[in-house]
Order: sequence, then C-alpha cells, then structure tokens
Amino acid sequence: MMNKQGRATTGSGGHHMDIETISGDRGLDHEEPLIFELGRAGKCGVDLPDLEIKHDRLGGLRRRGQIGLPGLSEPEVVRHFVRLSRKNYAIDAGLYPLGSCTMKHNPRLNEKMARLPGFADIHPLQPVSTVQGALALIEELAFWLKTLTNMPAVAMSPKAGAHGEQCGLKTIKAAHKARGEKRSVILVPESAHGTNPATAALVGYTVEEVPANERGRVDVEALKAKLGPHVAAVMLTNPNTCGLFENDMRAIADAVHKAGAYFYCDGANFNAIVGKVRPGDLGIDAMHINLHKTFSTPHGGGGPGAGPVVLSAALAPFAPLPLIVHDAGGFRLVEDKADAKARDAKPFGRMCAFHGQMGMFVRALAYMISHGADGLAQVAEDAVLNANYILASLKDVMSAPFGKGPCMHEALFDDTFLKDTGVTTLDIAKALIDEGYHPMTMYFPLVVHGAMLIEPTETESKRSLDEFVAVMRGLVEKAKGNDKSRFQGAPFLAPRRRLDETAAARKPILRWTPPAPKAQAAE
Amino acid sequence: MSETRYTKDHEWVRVDGGVATVGITQYAAEQLGDVVFVELPKVGKAVEKGGEAAVVESVKAASEVYAPISGEIVEVNGAIEGEPAKVNAEPMGGGWFIKLKVKDAAEVSALMTEAQYQDYVKGL
Repeated sequence: MMNKQGRATTGSGGHHMDIETISGDRGLDHEEPLIFELGRAGKCGVDLPDLEIKHDRLGGLRRRGQIGLPGLSEPEVVRHFVRLSRKNYAIDAGLYPLGSCTMKHNPRLNEKMARLPGFADIHPLQPVSTVQGALALIEELAFWLKTLTNMPAVAMSPKAGAHGEQCGLKTIKAAHKARGEKRSVILVPESAHGTNPATAALVGYTVEEVPANERGRVDVEALKAKLGPHVAAVMLTNPNTCGLFENDMRAIADAVHKAGAYFYCDGANFNAIVGKVRPGDLGIDAMHINLHKTFSTPHGGGGPGAGPVVLSAALAPFAPLPLIVHDAGGFRLVEDKADAKARDAKPFGRMCAFHGQMGMFVRALAYMISHGADGLAQVAEDAVLNANYILASLKDVMSAPFGKGPCMHEALFDDTFLKDTGVTTLDIAKALIDEGYHPMTMYFPLVVHGAMLIEPTETESKRSLDEFVAVMRGLVEKAKGNDKSRFQGAPFLAPRRRLDETAAARKPILRWTPPAPKAQAAE
Repeated sequence: MSETRYTKDHEWVRVDGGVATVGITQYAAEQLGDVVFVELPKVGKAVEKGGEAAVVESVKAASEVYAPISGEIVEVNGAIEGEPAKVNAEPMGGGWFIKLKVKDAAEVSALMTEAQYQDYVKGL
C-alpha cells in the first residue's frame, strides 16, 4: 500500500499489503521525532575543556538555569537531519512546477565557483585592498545586469525580490522629494504579486488597484484614468502573474511619465524575457531582478535570494549606498552620503549593512558567463516553449482562461473543468504529491477562480514534461470520472496525510513545550 | 428591521433603528473557504462607503471587507475574532462583522435587494 515510487498503487485492488511495522517506520521512510524529543540532558557531541574563569564580568547577567538545548551526539544529529532531508522535495529530486517561483536547476558549476575561498572565506569588514576580486565580480555582474536590461545603473544590495521593491520605491520617493513633491499613491494591477501592495504600504504609500481586461492584461484606459499628481508610481509585473506578456508597456510608460510618476517593473518573471526584451527599452524606471530565479542559484526552502534593482537615468542618483567606484587605486567603496555627494549622487540611505548576497552574485555571474548572451536568450526561449508545451498538452482536458493564445513562462488554468465533480484545485494539488510531484501554485493569481499555475522551467526535458502531463491528464480523468475517493484525504502516500490547514492557521502551535513530568506513582 | 441589502463586493447590510449591521454573504464565505482570521476596526472609527472596514483571511486568501455605506462604527463582533469559524457557519447571522451608525439612509436603499443580488451571483 505504501509504495513510495510515485506510481499510483491505491484503490484498484491488486497486490498490496497493509503492513504495520514494529518500528513505525516504513522502509526507508523513517518516523523522526523532533530534535528536542531526541535530546537528553547532559549529553554533548563535542568535548569541550573545562572553563577556567576566575571571575566573570557578567555581573547579574550570568545565566543560572539551563537554556534547554537538546543534547545529542554528532551521529545522532547527522541522522536526524538526513532523515528529515529525505522527506523534503527539491528540484534536485524532480520537476518542481511551482508557478511564479521559478524553481530552476542550479548548475553545479555555480556551487564550485561559490566555494572558491576568495569568494567564500572573505569578510565584509576586510580591508578593501584585500577583496578587489570580489568587488570586481560585483561590478562585472552589475555590468551584465545593466546590459541585459539596458538600464544605466543598478543597486546591488537588496537581498530578495520584496527587498528590491522596497529599494525601488524608496528611490522613487527620494526622486519626488528632490523635486519638492509629495505623492501618496501607488497603482498596482489586481493580478500583482502580494508583495507589491505590501511594499507600497511599508514605504508609506496607499495602494489603488488597476483592473485587468478580458485578455488578462492591464486595462490601459482604466490605468490612465487613475493617474494624477498624487500617483508616485505604477508597479507592474511583466510577464504578469497570468503568464502573459503585457504588450502595452510603452503606452503605459508614456502615460506614467506624463503624469510625473515613475514606472516600476516587478522583475520576478524576467526569466521569461532575458536576452529577448530589454526593460529599459520599454520605458521602465526601476526593476528588481530576482537573481535566484532568472540566473539559477538555489532558493526555496530557506535558500537566500538576491534582488538587485536596475534604475533609469532619472532615478540613478538616488541609488542606495554602498556604491562601488573604480579609480587609479583600484576598486573603492563609497560608504557615506558626503562622499557620495562629491560624486553628484544623492543616495536615499542603505538597504543593508554591507553589499548584498555575495554567494548569489557569484552563482549568478557563473550562470551568465557559462551560458553567454546567446545562451541566456535560449534560456528564455526554452522556458516559454516548455510552458506552452504544458498549456497545449493540457488545455483540452483542463480549462485555460487565457488559453486562446500562447503563454510566456508559466501556464495558467482555472477550475472550470472541475465544476460539478466535487473535486477542487486543492484536491488536485494534494493528489499530485501522491504522484511524486511538488504541487503547482494554487489559488494564485487571485483574478482566476481556483487557479493552478504551472511553471516547468527551461531545464525540464520533453520526457520529463510528458511524464508530468500524463499524470495531470490521469488525475483530471479520475476527477471527471467521479472518482472522488482518489482525492478526498489525499495525499495518501506522503509521510503525513492531509493536514488540517484551518486548524493550523486558527490554533497554531508555534513552539515545542516539554511534556509534563510523569507522576511518580504512575505505575 | 429593514430588508437585507447587498453589495457587489458580497457584503450584506441590515438596518435597525438607524444602526446598520454588516457582514459578508453566504456566497462570499463559501468562496473564501475556511476563515482563519478576522481583523475588526476600532469602535468610534468613521468609515466612508467603499472604504476598508475589516480584513478577513481564509486558508485561500486575505480580503478586505468594505463598508457598504458611510458611518461610524458603533460595535464590532468580537466573537468572530476569537472564533473565525463562525463566519463560515453563520455568515448572515452570528457571523456579522460590524455595526455602523447610518449617515445617509439613501446609501442603503441604493444597494442591491436580495433578488438583485441572487441574479448578480448567478451571473458570476
């Protein structure tokens, strides 16, 4: 019954046995307690010398009780995390169709480069003369980003997409302030990533929504009607979250600029157009680039991101510190506003203590150089081709709200095809887990009912796509064939059955608490 | 008590002695799925018609509840903050969100009637 191979094994009778094991483990799938439940007080994995402190200087701050760390030996710790890691799903294990997240393969060359000691073992407070190579790498990456986007400047320090949005909007705020203007509104399309309105609110703006037209794109006339002297910027994602290219960009840019506002592009989906379209040519003033999506680098599951922001000439002077400059003495860092002012720059401040995510920079540049300019264009082409293969292979049995034309890097379906089946988008996602896949993005974008957003990325082979399509078609057939039992309660083959998300959200248990000591007279 | 009126954003309003009770419709509750969190405004706050009055979060999405009419918040339903499931169980009754002191009765009569709202939902 508990076949873990990703083959459908339930329901149809056949040769399965429901074995209860003595250990509770099922083959290689171990039941693993929390590390706190495994630990024993007083046990330690390292042999530390006794402290010889005559008197400490902690005064009344000295800790008296235990801090409650679990005590385990090294092999116990290793086993614990290896067992947990085997329950994880990763792009290294299979196709990861999570739309809008761009879970693409991270070439191993990236990792080799990132581990070079000249990049891996440096500290941001080292003398600048000893990190010239690292600064040269940041500058070279900046050059690639400016060239690929046709933008004159880039702020490298933001640490992820939303941080980049914040950097972009702060730059825009500084530019308006320098003109003596105070603008209060950011226009955001209703299909936007949730981070866009959140960022606008964080930077102190109010948000107004712009509706989409029946083609899934921004309604340009509605947008124009909302523009005015109170609007600071329009934030637009292109390709948008419906996986469609916004083809009125120039008209939007002209209208935005005419109103004295700036045009911010959410570059989360730049992977679909890299090497093909230069955002600077579309009239964009600021765009963050998720290095961790467009230029590989591992992300998801806690891996770091990096969100450099390219800026137009109008916004470039307001870019945050630090700035890297090159003069006779080599690379140098501009770290304060006075130094920046001498170079005619008016930075709004800084986004983080140092220069950003160095490890991501190394990986992104390794990816760029190993692909070359022509290779990057092919990355975009293959990403779009793969998504369209999914769209074309599934739209006859599923329902694609914008399926008349091609999509970009992700294929969007709604739940019309599930009408009257009693099966929901959530059920399909959970059944995919039984089939050995991470589910697609579901219920996003919100503009589509019961959305299923599938982004295969460019590195999946035709064979891999065909396998996924076969699984999806099979599930759709079961759903339409009223095989509700296949779905209700799925996943059946995962280490845990369907979790009660409602209870988890309503009554979250946020930390482990030690069990109450057993009464001594219990026996 | 007046008849129940509806908005296109799926809020309902019922007026009793100049005070309007506001909630989300059965349709909205079904579309949202299990409600897990509700954020209510402070009593005494003045809200404009169409302005944000509360926030409702389900396992699927977070949405604003808009004020169907202008007025001052005179009471909020603390019970749904502690027990958000009530919004799903009784959206049209015990799962109400806020009570507003009606500023302009004409705003209420301009909203959809039950029959109009049912037609509207059918067309969605």
